[in-house]
Amino acid sequence: MTTATEAVKDGAVQHGLQAHSHGAGVPIQTRNERMRSTNVADFPPVTPREEQWRYLPAARLKGLDADSLSEFVGDLEVKHSDGVTTSWVSSDHPAFGAAGTPEERPSAAAWGSAEQAYLITLPAEQSSEVQIALTSESTEPSALHLIIEAKPFSKASVILDHKGDAILGENVEIIVGDEAELTVISIQDWNEEAVHASTQLAKLGRNAKLKHLVVSLGGETVRVSTSAEFTAPGAEVELLGMYFADSGQHLENRLFVDHAVANCKSRVTYKGALQGEQAHTVWVGDVLIRMAAEGTDTYELNRNLLLTEGARADSVPNLEIETGQIAGAGHASASGRFDDEQLFYLQARGIPEAEARRLVVRGFLNEIIQQIGNEEIEARLTDAIEAELARSDS
Amino acid sequence: MSVLEIKNLHVTVETEQGTKEILKGVDLVIRSGESHAIMGPNGSGKSTLAYTIAGHPKYTVTEGEILLDGADVLEMSVDERARAGLFLAMQYPVEIPGVSVSNFLRTAKTAVAGEAPALRTWIKDVRSAMDSLKMDASFTERNVNEGFSGGEKKRHEILQLDLLKPQFAVLDETDSGLDVDALKIVSEGVNRAKEANGFGLLLITHYTRILRYIKPDFVHVFVAGKIAEQGGPELAERLEAEGYDRYVKA
Ligand SMILES: Nc1ncnc2c1ncn2[C@@H]1O[C@H](COP(=O)(O)OP(=O)(O)OP(=O)(O)O)[C@@H](O)[C@H]1O
Ligand SMILES: [Mg+2]
Repeated sequence: MTTATEAVKDGAVQHGLQAHSHGAGVPIQTRNERMRSTNVADFPPVTPREEQWRYLPAARLKGLDADSLSEFVGDLEVKHSDGVTTSWVSSDHPAFGAAGTPEERPSAAAWGSAEQAYLITLPAEQSSEVQIALTSESTEPSALHLIIEAKPFSKASVILDHKGDAILGENVEIIVGDEAELTVISIQDWNEEAVHASTQLAKLGRNAKLKHLVVSLGGETVRVSTSAEFTAPGAEVELLGMYFADSGQHLENRLFVDHAVANCKSRVTYKGALQGEQAHTVWVGDVLIRMAAEGTDTYELNRNLLLTEGARADSVPNLEIETGQIAGAGHASASGRFDDEQLFYLQARGIPEAEARRLVVRGFLNEIIQQIGNEEIEARLTDAIEAELARSDS
Repeated sequence: MSVLEIKNLHVTVETEQGTKEILKGVDLVIRSGESHAIMGPNGSGKSTLAYTIAGHPKYTVTEGEILLDGADVLEMSVDERARAGLFLAMQYPVEIPGVSVSNFLRTAKTAVAGEAPALRTWIKDVRSAMDSLKMDASFTERNVNEGFSGGEKKRHEILQLDLLKPQFAVLDETDSGLDVDALKIVSEGVNRAKEANGFGLLLITHYTRILRYIKPDFVHVFVAGKIAEQGGPELAERLEAEGYDRYVKA
């Protein structure tokens, strides 16, 4: 592993790139037709009338929906294995915008405001590992653009770890080349007052595999919009997520899987725990199976565990199917309190109630944490959950 | 020598049609080392008795008492009862996603014993208990009851019985859903644990076949929420031949 620390300089505010819009700013229900643009001016203001902003008041964005943001000021500490290359590239680089186009105002604002993108290239035909620790102390609304490009036949894991204080608009492009196998883990472990709107756009080539995992724990408002688009048959995505919301926190996850071509597979599994007054989580999972996407196999699941009164979990799965020739499509969504039978079983073995509750929550979230495949980070997240649970006992 | 006394126990549950009385005055005394079998038709209240002893919140005791060496069990929480030495092997063990068997067993043992077991002996104990129940070592890495077959769930219950070493064990239809071989393995497991720890046993069953392996000292016929008749092992044989018709019609 080599370590490089990139200090991002306080950059001048950049305005929108030259871009065109594909539609007017009216709310659209079909994902198929949702407006995409890199120009923030194409997007209407953030209001609850729009489906995308139904659950998140604009005030919580603390300026991330403005026309322009400052450039990200903070540290990107990057560790990577040999063969991985990193560089700052400008918008004329072919990788810039290769994974998609913003569909939301804060994403477009960040797109136009980040003059350069940090490009991480994962070499073909070898295994690589990358860990990016992103820390910030700044509370100016700022923008960051990252591009992860997994070359054909590469095998890699990338961990993106967000910590500290920030009001950050972020775009993460994920390009998964033909036959590549990529794991991307995005951890939001911010301080209490941080605000983070992250758009993670993935595009997959032929027989490519992407495992994408979102862990949101800390931050006042954290919204991660993840989308995956298939461009050639035989590809697979696994979109996993885990979140733990405390009093006053708003943690939102929006997913979109675009089955545009035949014979691809997607699995979405998000699990969340909530505790305390005004703890709010939102999960919206859109899956679109287009006319051409015969042989699609998709399943999405969201489960929420409400540990106390006063917490609220919104869970909205949407499955749009334009062809009848699919291998399988389904979704499940459930939010509920503790399963009393589980508590009874554990207590009947002598385990005191508070500890039994902790075991159940830990177990509930563990299913996702176990997927990380990095012991150090698994241990850190397990500890973070323990700390959250300890808070609920007092 | 310990004694578990159940006196004039009346229990209700809340149903959509209102409160329903299920146990209608149960009297039963079990001493350390004794084996009692409770047999009765479907819906007669056998599981209700088992759950009430364990303290399941669904069941309300309206009259009567349960005493463990004179201590009022009904005053204890579910986990206090377990720590006081009561054990219930459940008819339908519950799945606990994400919690491994090894973590669960260690946490339970620590709770019941009041201190964490010494790691090396504990691992050895778990392994040998699993061996005798013919459970694969990989079992400990699985999540509690998740994806277990009916037989695996029952073995897992008996594994806990063996490791937690209670004063009194209530086994609720541990024999149901077991094939001949599994029934034999599980029964031997119960007998071995009983020999080692000398607990009092309350064996709830539908069928007499398990009584060929676990010999009861007393047999109680349970009908419509109370004990309709009691006797020795010969009563079980009579039930096998005649069924419950005699009691149900009466
Ligand atoms: N929560 C409940 N709500 C409504 N009725 C209940 C509830 N729990 C038990 N009962 C009823 O109480 C009666 C006794 O049930 P119980 O499960 O104790 O019987 P059982 O003897 O264990 O039967 P089985 O042999 O089928 O296991 C049944 O009529 C059952 O339907
Ligand atoms: Mg029963």
